Amino acid sequence: MIEAMIYALPFLGQGFLVTLAVSGLVVAGSLVLGLVLGTALAFGPVWLGLPIRAFADTARAIPLIVLIFTVYYGLPALGVNLSPFWAAVAALTLFKTGHVIEIVRGAITSIAAGQMEAAKAIGLSFVDRLRYVIFPQAVRRFLPPWINSVTDSVKGSALVSLVGVVDLMMAIQQVIGRTYQPMPLYLLGAIIYIAVNASLSVTSRRLEARFARVVAS
Amino acid sequence: MSEPVLSIRGLTKRFGTTTVLDGVDLDVARGEVLVVIGASGSGKTTLLRCVNALVPYDAGSITLDGVEVGYTAPGSGVRRSDRALSAIRADIGMVFQMFNLFPHLSARDNVALGLKVTRGMAKREAVARAEHWLARVGLADRMDHLPSQLSGGQQQRVGIARAVAMEPKLLLLDEITSALDPELVGEVLDVVRGLAAEGMTMLMVTHEMSFARDAGHRVVFMDQGRIAEEGVPKEVLGNPRSERLQRFLRRIELRTE
Ligand SMILES: Nc1ncnc2c1ncn2[C@@H]1O[C@H](COP(=O)(O)OP(=O)(O)OP(=O)(O)O)[C@@H](O)[C@H]1O
Ligand SMILES: [Mg+2]
Repeated sequence: MIEAMIYALPFLGQGFLVTLAVSGLVVAGSLVLGLVLGTALAFGPVWLGLPIRAFADTARAIPLIVLIFTVYYGLPALGVNLSPFWAAVAALTLFKTGHVIEIVRGAITSIAAGQMEAAKAIGLSFVDRLRYVIFPQAVRRFLPPWINSVTDSVKGSALVSLVGVVDLMMAIQQVIGRTYQPMPLYLLGAIIYIAVNASLSVTSRRLEARFARVVAS
Repeated sequence: MSEPVLSIRGLTKRFGTTTVLDGVDLDVARGEVLVVIGASGSGKTTLLRCVNALVPYDAGSITLDGVEVGYTAPGSGVRRSDRALSAIRADIGMVFQMFNLFPHLSARDNVALGLKVTRGMAKREAVARAEHWLARVGLADRMDHLPSQLSGGQQQRVGIARAVAMEPKLLLLDEITSALDPELVGEVLDVVRGLAAEGMTMLMVTHEMSFARDAGHRVVFMDQGRIAEEGVPKEVLGNPRSERLQRFLRRIELRTE
């Protein structure tokens, strides 16, 4: 059992890096998009909020696997040719952005309206009101659900193997194809995913504690 | 008489179909302490929020030193850009009923933020001015405290320091002592008295009638979105003409006895 795992390890390095790359790109992309769209949803006019709301709800309502296949097979039909890697990253990012929009909106609207008024009253511009008053307070509400969603992204990235991207999951299956020993390999895979997400959790708990101290209620 | 700092003409504000401000005319002269009284729902807070361009209004005009506050020109109906509104608000201080301090910032940073970001002062200069004002309101030993570590009276004094440190042309105060325990009201009103003595122009909503009497230069009584009575405090409070003001004053007295 252990031997089978040790035998497999060198073959998994490349796939592991791909998993990290997919997760990292998805997390970063959805964070940027989600911050912009979630802020627009919280403060923008209705004509801007409605499409954002519709997008967020749709993205979250579709099973991830369906979204991945739709982007993978759908984009070429529209004349856009993406490699499997980028198609998968795009699909996962859309999905994740739907969640981040909701988390950002919730964190922002949890801040009392008086904060925005006080920030206006000292003459801060919209961007400065967000930067110095709203975001520093909202971040504490934002972090716990967002970190959950980051670990979800790492787990969800395993689905990219279904469109032929050689990530950790796919690399594991390739080794199984040679050794015909699924159990040790899937166990090893589980351990690696757990290790990644456990270190994320530890980091996030540190972050949360720091922000809790900074932002005393 | 000098040009008024604040000049309000025919100010009308509706929420849906209810008219909350119904053609308000009001001038505040430089250095004047104008006290606004009136029953709950008479539109006092809405009036202040219109003056600070926190809400749009439906008709009339509000000018600060001759400049229309919320719109590009009187009656244009075109709202100013956020940048232009911010520049105007920077010259109008506001102190809130619920303090609205920034909970993540120390007392010092609450006061210094607008100085740094809005006024563009260097950090050292901004901090020095913030500390000066916190000392003025009696909080020299509380500069590093977060709002959550301060009493209500102390928080409100930080709120006042935050507003006046910007050196506004006009200070708006909305029932700034009504969320405080009775024994903390005095320390806050003393600070306001000091500002009045130094010539700060103020538009102040309060239910503290003794304060209105001895610190106010003029009192207006608002009733259903209109200014129903106005004059020197002694007249308006001591010799109310309308039945409604008489009833209002009786109710206030009962409450404070
Ligand atoms: N955002 C709003 N939407 C709808 N109605 C509002 C809104 N804000 C205020 N009102 C209404 O406008 C009227 C005046 O409210 P305002 O807060 O100005 O009264 P006030 O004189 O300050 O009362 P109080 O003494 O209770 O503070 C009230 O009837 C109130 O219900
Ligand atoms: Mg009010």
